[in-house]
Amino acid sequence: MGRIKDHMKKSVYILNDNIITSLGFTTAENTAAIRQNMSGIHTISDPVLYPVPLPLSQVDTTVLDSEFGMLLQLYKKNVPAGPYTRLEKMFILSIHATLDGYAEMAANPKTLLVISTTKGNINLLEGRYKNQFNHKRVYLWEFGRIIQQFFGFRHPPLIVSNACISGLVAIMAASRFIQSGLYDHAVVAGGDIASEFVISGFQSFQALSPAPCKPFDLHRTGLSLGEGCGSMILSVSPGNATKSSVRITGAATTNDANHISGPSRTGAELSQAINLSMNQAALTPGDIDYISAHGTATPYNDEMESKAIDLSRLTHVPVNSFKGYWGHTLGAAGIIESVAAITSMKDNFLYRSAGFDTPGVPVPLNVITSHHHTAVNTCLKTASGFGGCNAAMIYQKD
Amino acid sequence: MNLCITSYSRFHGNKVLVNDRLVFYQENILNFADFIKSVYKQEQINYPKFYKMDAISKLGFLAADLVLKEATVEGYPPDAVGVVMSNSSSSMDTDMAHNETIKDRSSYFPSPSVFVYTLPNIVIGEVCIKNKIKGENAFLISETFDARLLCDYVEELFINERVEACLCGWVEVLGDNCNAMVALVEPEARRRNEDIPGFRFLPFNAGSLDLIMKRN
Repeated sequence: MGRIKDHMKKSVYILNDNIITSLGFTTAENTAAIRQNMSGIHTISDPVLYPVPLPLSQVDTTVLDSEFGMLLQLYKKNVPAGPYTRLEKMFILSIHATLDGYAEMAANPKTLLVISTTKGNINLLEGRYKNQFNHKRVYLWEFGRIIQQFFGFRHPPLIVSNACISGLVAIMAASRFIQSGLYDHAVVAGGDIASEFVISGFQSFQALSPAPCKPFDLHRTGLSLGEGCGSMILSVSPGNATKSSVRITGAATTNDANHISGPSRTGAELSQAINLSMNQAALTPGDIDYISAHGTATPYNDEMESKAIDLSRLTHVPVNSFKGYWGHTLGAAGIIESVAAITSMKDNFLYRSAGFDTPGVPVPLNVITSHHHTAVNTCLKTASGFGGCNAAMIYQKD
Repeated sequence: MNLCITSYSRFHGNKVLVNDRLVFYQENILNFADFIKSVYKQEQINYPKFYKMDAISKLGFLAADLVLKEATVEGYPPDAVGVVMSNSSSSMDTDMAHNETIKDRSSYFPSPSVFVYTLPNIVIGEVCIKNKIKGENAFLISETFDARLLCDYVEELFINERVEACLCGWVEVLGDNCNAMVALVEPEARRRNEDIPGFRFLPFNAGSLDLIMKRN
């Protein structure tokens, strides 16, 4: 434990990032679509995916396959020809984009690959893939190995599968390993696909909204599922970032110890995660400029979050949920929503919380109702999930 | 700060060890369900919710419970106790059960009580509910038991002052094959005078975790 001495001195910077969702294949495409108030959630009628039509945020398969085909040409000599699964294609494209300008980082022995996913290649349990992929491919460690080997990362990836907070747990794990000196850099990538497995499960919970989701709204009726992948590079060095750099300065997870599929009734545990992360960053509620909330639009989640935000004395802070744009992307959520929140910090520009019209949570929040410019120097990102888990993270701009 | 393992349990095949002692062994075990129910009954834990859990949650729940029978986390603030678990197949055992319910469109019966267990970290939730633990949680996946990874992850939690005590381990079930280890990690300064009879606290490091996993 000799590492403890210098960990306080080290900052962890976010150098580069990528978002792949229904709204585009780069961070810029995604934020441009959000600025134009586009939502990627549409009613999908695909009997192969699910027996009845339902709102879903899907990555464009034609673009995915063509972009991946071009990438494979680029790497041809050094990587297996495939086939690759839908999720592998997303992860590889996302990590490739994130490594743009940092290509040497993959082979650096001081770089760690961290993967966040809830279900990985779960669609491979469907009979139709049986002859196409080895049965091992459905296991997360094999999925991780495919990604690791594609880019030549030196170490097996750290794989986090912790329900809907997976993305934030992955970022905080990477950040702590860098702070303590175990690694100098980390590539953190998170993603999940919209599969019949997951859709049927959420449907059985009656958690899915018949219309695109409306986080924090009075008329919210459940979540919309989405698929996607996001990635970011974390590093001890601020790198060659052209805009002001963003650091991770606080992070914590907590557990409700209450129910495996329902959130805490009081929000006390999410609030505690928020307070712990603010304390670590040496910030008080008055210092927080913006909250990127989990905001799934299920009645109970949004209710719990409003109580937690109130307990942490943050109801005055502008808050949004990105779920109205690209749905709940599970293992991608913590990462793509962090990346989007970081663009708000870099551009001093807050995005409207899509789907929100009428206040509908027990404690009124300052939900962002229109895009606008404002100074954004500190951001709180939160997430909660099945198993009673909560996560909070603080991003700060230099 | 020196960390040590103050109590551990080990489930493998048809045996259960707690702090170096064999506490359960049964010759004619039919399957995992039979095995885990027998251990539960022998330990006289009155917790009806146990029967609703899936295989991995039953295993992790019992493994944690046996650890905490001989050492307690009650003296710590609830949010200063963490739970970090790992395994190889994530929730595949229950994933296959959920998949069975949606395979055939003419008999489609997905159930929320099965689906909720298709996430590996639900076992952490079950352990937290039973023991009123509210601190850090993480579920990590590796092909085989990775003592180094677990050790590094838990050490970071102590270094960052996120935990004052932490349960950590490996909880793997696929069909009738089960393999689990749960250890309680505490700072040496907090260790109580009355050591567990016959058990010497182990230093918390990858070597100790590997050693425990080798005890079959």
